[in-house]
Amino acid sequence: MTWEIDRSAIGEWGPETTMRVEHGKIREFARAIKDGNPAFAGDAPLAPPTFLMTIAHWTEGATSGGVRAVKLDMRRLLHGEQEFEYVKPIHAGDVLRVRSRTQDVFEKQGSRGGKMLFVLMESEYRNPRDEVVAYSRNTLIMTEGTVKA
Amino acid sequence: MERRVIFFEDVREGGEVPPFVVERLTRMDLVRYAGASGDFNPIHTDEEFARAAGNPSVFGHGMLTAAFVGKCVTDYVGSENLRRFKVRFATRVWPGDSITCKGKVTKKYEHNGEKRIDGEVLALNQKGEVAVSGTFSAALPTRN
Repeated sequence: MTWEIDRSAIGEWGPETTMRVEHGKIREFARAIKDGNPAFAGDAPLAPPTFLMTIAHWTEGATSGGVRAVKLDMRRLLHGEQEFEYVKPIHAGDVLRVRSRTQDVFEKQGSRGGKMLFVLMESEYRNPRDEVVAYSRNTLIMTEGTVKA
Repeated sequence: MERRVIFFEDVREGGEVPPFVVERLTRMDLVRYAGASGDFNPIHTDEEFARAAGNPSVFGHGMLTAAFVGKCVTDYVGSENLRRFKVRFATRVWPGDSITCKGKVTKKYEHNGEKRIDGEVLALNQKGEVAVSGTFSAALPTRN
């Protein structure tokens, strides 16, 4: 099996999405991750460190939103790495504009024989003053066969 | 409850990031995280789907374990002080697993006028296998 990679889509920013950072969503997320930190509760909560994953509610999918350089097969997809860079604090009430791009796509030979496709993604989050508040970067790995433990 | 503030002067390279433990992850924890995060990949919540894909059962979202590690870090450095957080996913987490997140400070330095620390963090299952490994950077307040 091989992959069709559209190299022209690499580095190109996709369309913008608006993400409203909601009070109730922060509360729900903090409970789901068993984080009772008072900074994530009360009347003016901050967003927990991995809260930007909730962008999935505003786009097509969790980690695959914005990948246009290659067609992803969810049955063969692994989340390899995830990185967040925090430039400014994110609070409930913030309205963020988000855009994503594929940074790179490359193939590697897996240790058990099959080929693996690495897809590096970056998302940029801006506040209404057009300041970058955060970057989210992830590495997706697509395997030739079904993912095994 | 007021969080204890740590100062740059109080941290030493090699110092411990106190552990955070999650006892016996449940399927309900996975359902709750799916709803909260919006990650509805059925491999985490639909037993039939997970088995048909060749798994013994559903398994945890990598980002749920990463979030536990994130809590371990922000409990230590303060959520407003975190500057960078990176995780790599290793072995998967299954319902019934208990997860221990812990870490250590690896470096103290100055960056853009901020007093920074770097650290390494791990999430281990009850067998001591690494589920998530990660690194972080934080800017800490000083005493004066």
